Amino acid sequence: MSLVRTTYGRRSFVKRIGLASGGLMIGFSWLASCKDATVEEAMVMPSEWFEINGYLKIGDNGMVTIMSPNPEIGQNVKTSMPMIVAEELDTDWNNVLVEQAPLNTELFTRQLAGGSQSIRQGWDGLRMAGATARHMLKEAAAQSWSVPIAEITTSAGIIYHEGSGNSAHFGEMASAAAKLEVPEEVELKETKNFNIIGTSKRNVDGLKIVTGQPLYGLDIYKEGMLVAMLVIPPAFGMKYKSMDASAVKNMPGIKDVFTIETYTDGTRKSFADIATFNEKVVIVGESTWQVMQAKKMLQVEWEETGDSSYEIDMFGNKMTTEYPAGLENSQTHSLNMAEMAIKPGQVVRSDGNVDNAFKASVKTIERSYSCPFLPHNTLEPMNFYADVTDNHAELIGPIQTPEFMEQSVAARLGLSLEQVDIQMTRMGGGFGRRLYGHFLVEAAVISQKIKNPVKLVYSREDDMTFGNYRPAYHVTYKAGLNENNEMVAFMVRAGGIPESPLFANRFPAGAVENYQAEQWTLKSNVSVGAWRAPRSNFIAGAEQSFLDEVAELAGKDPIDFRLELFDKAINNPVGENNDYDAERYAGVLQLVKEKSNWSSTQSGVSRGVAAYYCHNSYVAQVLDMIVEGGVPKIENVISAVDCGIVINPDAATNMVEGGVIDGIGHAMYSAMSFKDGVPQADNFDKYRIIRHNEAPRQQEVHFVESDVHPTGLGEPPLPPVMGALANAMYKATGKRYYHQPFVSNKPFIG
Amino acid sequence: MATYQLKVNGKSHTVEVDPTTPILWVLRDHLQLLGTKFGCGITQCGSCTIHVDGTATRACQLPVSSIGNSEVTTIEGLSENGDHPVQKAWLEHDVYQCGYCQAGQIMTAAAFLKSNPNPSDEDIESTMAGNICRCGTYTRIKAAIKSAAQSELS
Repeated sequence: MSLVRTTYGRRSFVKRIGLASGGLMIGFSWLASCKDATVEEAMVMPSEWFEINGYLKIGDNGMVTIMSPNPEIGQNVKTSMPMIVAEELDTDWNNVLVEQAPLNTELFTRQLAGGSQSIRQGWDGLRMAGATARHMLKEAAAQSWSVPIAEITTSAGIIYHEGSGNSAHFGEMASAAAKLEVPEEVELKETKNFNIIGTSKRNVDGLKIVTGQPLYGLDIYKEGMLVAMLVIPPAFGMKYKSMDASAVKNMPGIKDVFTIETYTDGTRKSFADIATFNEKVVIVGESTWQVMQAKKMLQVEWEETGDSSYEIDMFGNKMTTEYPAGLENSQTHSLNMAEMAIKPGQVVRSDGNVDNAFKASVKTIERSYSCPFLPHNTLEPMNFYADVTDNHAELIGPIQTPEFMEQSVAARLGLSLEQVDIQMTRMGGGFGRRLYGHFLVEAAVISQKIKNPVKLVYSREDDMTFGNYRPAYHVTYKAGLNENNEMVAFMVRAGGIPESPLFANRFPAGAVENYQAEQWTLKSNVSVGAWRAPRSNFIAGAEQSFLDEVAELAGKDPIDFRLELFDKAINNPVGENNDYDAERYAGVLQLVKEKSNWSSTQSGVSRGVAAYYCHNSYVAQVLDMIVEGGVPKIENVISAVDCGIVINPDAATNMVEGGVIDGIGHAMYSAMSFKDGVPQADNFDKYRIIRHNEAPRQQEVHFVESDVHPTGLGEPPLPPVMGALANAMYKATGKRYYHQPFVSNKPFIG
Repeated sequence: MATYQLKVNGKSHTVEVDPTTPILWVLRDHLQLLGTKFGCGITQCGSCTIHVDGTATRACQLPVSSIGNSEVTTIEGLSENGDHPVQKAWLEHDVYQCGYCQAGQIMTAAAFLKSNPNPSDEDIESTMAGNICRCGTYTRIKAAIKSAAQSELS
């Protein structure tokens, strides 16, 4: 066992319990979760609950309710985070109910879904919460039986004292335990004694999902609630000018039509407030369809905006977001990026001397890659419920950044943080889109104005054309080989609109003697944001595709070629600050090589390989493709993953499978382009997204056995598969694919 | 505004709405049956799939005035206790991630298996192609449909 110091003080802990047991959950019992029907039926609800700490309460019959602190966007933290608490509590998982915690900055840290960090950063706190409760239960038993606590053991929710033969279930000691002082130090389990972590547990919301119970923000319906929708500018670079709302105001069910300013000066508090289209038209009515009808009829005039900018706080640094005037076109974007790519960029890292090394190289190769802007397209469009009164704001809905949004919405409404309550619903997808909670602020401002509870609903068209897209990127790579076909020079020049996808210290930095990384950017008024595995979601595929081509030039097997480079990074690394563990990186490549029987070839099957490290996890993939009637068809994708300790293996497998399909789909089919500032797709009839018949026919997922600190899986499986796909397509078609989306093979770059 | 008598999940409901109102919004806004989801509004994503007289149908563009005496079944009415073979297979395979599209996926699969109880992989792929899952759970959807088909046969 290892001892950890608790971070709870007695006083603050009592205060925290008080806050956690406040009235926030009342009225939302449908948000409470239970594992499945059979368990629910078998469970007898306790007559009394005892709060041991803010993460958990124990019923007098031994049942345990665990609060899941972080927002659930489909990454399954509502199951996996409580599993960690339950493990250290040492209860029986069958006795656990899970509830989504509300935003509570006093009690929880980092209630955020983003960067694949929930498990990695939640791990210690969740373990401590469970272990602290276990310690207090043991202490209560020790006092009750007048025996030393050191002689007390627990197992699956039962407390034992072997010497006296005493035993009790947790519920019998919960009342006494809740009154004890919080220990200063608690014991954590050794990983080898885990019996919940590392076993597959089903999604706690599964039954509710398959029976269609209301779980999502769009499912919020309250007495007297009105429905609001927005009319946003039709193009980036445009803003509201005027409207004639008189006819629409008389339409059945329509209550009001007006404009709002989402943010006013100084109310954008963080990165979570990134959004363009600050002023928008609002239509409020009794029912969704009535508002949709009015939205179609409303005549609004728009005008071009000038240059605009706003300042936000980016984790302590002031950052200015600038939107230059103009109506932009994808064709111009492409030309401008191609122009930038041939000029030297800003050097971010330089090892050795690349210029000399390229001159001395026996063979050199240079290739460029690009990708378009992408909307997130969560299947549940943006929405939020707000009920704002003079001294209180109740906000319910799907948000990845409740803590950040509490600050800006409080500032915008003129309320204190204590007057703002944010409840998190299960989210119909996030992928980064719901990091940016302008829709929460919009709902709140609308409710404050109409003095009525309101649910703001985005149509698919509003959602797809609002922006905050994955940026458009471009990268040029150059590699030089010596007479032994060793890669001795490497240059990466990466840029984009409006940010560069460069990670200067990632592989192959550290594995090449002469290495240079450069970046450049171009301004745009198309607003961008984090999109599942930001930057990696392009540069991984480009880099892995390029290395495939370099390996071919070197006459080497693509896996062996990479392993050679990792050998160098392990034994004789170049430079400092290399942002990866070369042994773990090589480990996933070796595992995928073994599991895919890489060395055995099957006729008619084209294979591509790729590996990448991002968001603290390592993933390697082999993709098998066949060509049927001239159409490439993905037979199988084999993934090897190192994310440290795997909390919930089947759910982790699900995340990897989903990331693979999402990555393949966006690399193959998806793009957002612009003409005179107008997004050229506004719904799924014009925007192609991967469908069932285009997904891999099968998948295999393998995890590296590990007992190191767990890391996340929401993002890491997606980036490399784009490279494995491009490399398999080359084998299948004889053509290299440089520009996403691959399927049309129309270069995005002119 | 007009008054409609609707048969939904075996029960009769009276609603007074505009005749053009899609059944999706009648279900959600007026009958509080929230399992049928709004995804795109143009029948492209399948999140709003319901059964009309047993046939899988997109609810988002189906006007309430066209329903007549037809029996509407939503995800809430697919089974009494969430124990339809397709729902059981979904639970067994822990298919969902965010879960938002899954009611539509299940409704499409349930109607499909009724007409094709022993489908090939290609049958599954082409039928389910109308339902988008942004999380990318297609691998598990296919596995679950095969399990459901097996359990219905046995």
